[in-house]
Amino acid sequence: MQPAGRRDVVDLALQGGAAAAGEAASRSKALARLQFGDAAFRHLTRAAAFGVLVILGGVMVALVLGSLPALRQFGFGFLTSQRWNPVTENFGALAPIYGTLVTSAIAMLIAVPIGILIAVFLTELCPQWLRRPVGIAIELLAGIPSIIYGIWGLFIFAPFLQETVQPFLISVFGEVPVLSSLFAGPPYGIGMLTAGLILAIMVLPFITSISRDVFEAVPPVLKEAAYGVGCTTWEVVRHVVLPYTRVGVIGGVMLGLGRALGETMAVTFVIGNAHKVSASLLAPGTTISSAIANEFTEAVGDLYTSSLIALGLILFVITFIVLAAARYMLLRINRRIG
Amino acid sequence: MNKLYAARRRKNSVTMALSLAATLLGLGWLVLILGVLLYEGFSGLSLRVFTEMTPPPGAAGGLLNAIMGSLVLTGLAVLIGTPIGILAGTYMAEYGRHDRLTSVVRFVNDILLSAPSIVIGLFIYEVMVYPMGHFSGWAGAVALAVIVVPVVVRTTEDMLTLVPDSLREAAASIGLPRSLMITRIAYRAAKAGMVTGVLLAVARISGETAPLLFTALNNQFWNSNLNAPMSSLPVVIFQFALSPYKDWQALAWTGALIITFAVLALSIVARTLTASRKQP
Repeated sequence: MQPAGRRDVVDLALQGGAAAAGEAASRSKALARLQFGDAAFRHLTRAAAFGVLVILGGVMVALVLGSLPALRQFGFGFLTSQRWNPVTENFGALAPIYGTLVTSAIAMLIAVPIGILIAVFLTELCPQWLRRPVGIAIELLAGIPSIIYGIWGLFIFAPFLQETVQPFLISVFGEVPVLSSLFAGPPYGIGMLTAGLILAIMVLPFITSISRDVFEAVPPVLKEAAYGVGCTTWEVVRHVVLPYTRVGVIGGVMLGLGRALGETMAVTFVIGNAHKVSASLLAPGTTISSAIANEFTEAVGDLYTSSLIALGLILFVITFIVLAAARYMLLRINRRIG
Repeated sequence: MNKLYAARRRKNSVTMALSLAATLLGLGWLVLILGVLLYEGFSGLSLRVFTEMTPPPGAAGGLLNAIMGSLVLTGLAVLIGTPIGILAGTYMAEYGRHDRLTSVVRFVNDILLSAPSIVIGLFIYEVMVYPMGHFSGWAGAVALAVIVVPVVVRTTEDMLTLVPDSLREAAASIGLPRSLMITRIAYRAAKAGMVTGVLLAVARISGETAPLLFTALNNQFWNSNLNAPMSSLPVVIFQFALSPYKDWQALAWTGALIITFAVLALSIVARTLTASRKQP
């Protein structure tokens, strides 16, 4: 038995439906239109999501296809040879790979401790009102286009290094057995050390901002407990904050490393573009990205172009691995923090 | 015991002093870079920079064609990249929030977000420049669009995820189809964040040089034909800075000044747009 009021409503609805019999057709038409629009929009968004995958797949396929001629010609020796001779069309990737790894290593050696120290300052030492402005200022370093770092490095930083820091390094380490080979040769100004230093400034903000974010996510209870048993600020950072956030900090460092490996313009300005492997950090060298930037438009002959694309493929594979590792670690810390 | 305590205190002060020093170093670099830019670039800043073409060496001139080229390339890249990015982000946040596809796309997107931009340039060279047989403005715009997409995808997904589900349920309860619920309700609620994403993307690509080097190439003259090589500010800076001519170098500094302050202004605007939302 239905309550009277409700039955009235049902009757009314049925009556209305009968009266609007003519409208029903147009109404269902409208509904069909909406349903079609709905499905179309859904498929459109899905296609766009697939589009992102297609871009990455396209990059890989294009690079592999483009580098096939060079890889077929030189085989595995492409990775281990340091000859780079456009005239005889003889190419090897060792010098650029070496340069990329060395400059990135210098950058990380400098940027990691400084970046983490800045994050410590921002989360532990800095007065509350100053945190946001200082944080933004450090992040602005990441916003400056890389070509600016390049022009600045070439005209300001490299001459400065040439006149002061490099002669100093040479005179200090010149007599020390192993280190003397690291700092051998004349102070050119440009070279792998200069490129590494500029890369350090460029990746600093990435390391700082991720470290700060994960430091801030440490539960206050943990820190308070450590302070409660009489730890100093440094001891809290060293024994509570860092162990808790280790995975996240490493993720941030890897992200910075990914940037350093692939950075092009800043390095191109100051690396000197010399295709040789030299032990001295002061010597000019080349990196994968700067070799491509410098030579690609001037490359004549399919083998030359293909070798440069093969360099791009190597760079892409290296950064892909580094970035994937970084994402995996950041995912882990995010899961832990919740 | 007291000695141990003093040693711990000392260690603490040393590291805290180091962290302060590191921060000052970081801020110092920023000031140094911006200061040098102002010092070197400001003297060359005049009306001529915005009204005349890039000169041959030894002659006077401006950066008009480079600035216009940059604006056109950036604008086109945003027009191409933003819809793809927003739609993909919409799928991830609205339709497939717990999909396998979404987590794969998110991972791939994060890789693309930090992929070396020079590799993007190589990719576009392979798929556009080489088949077409010539460098072109279109290729440059598409290369930049490939950089825009992941930035927009990321912010769109993040911002749509922040929209409360009660809004969606309210829309569904009055019979709004899902597509209308997304475009009329969710987009509107997430608008500030999504605009921020686009601004960040613009800031990112307007300084990009590497992907343009062998897609749009460069052009010394005024060019409105997108099928021909097109100049852009970053590439002109690159070319002029590495040249031996003093007046070209001066123009490069001026261009660097313009680009940097445009990019920094954009990222500060983008920041303030979201800052008011993030602060509780």
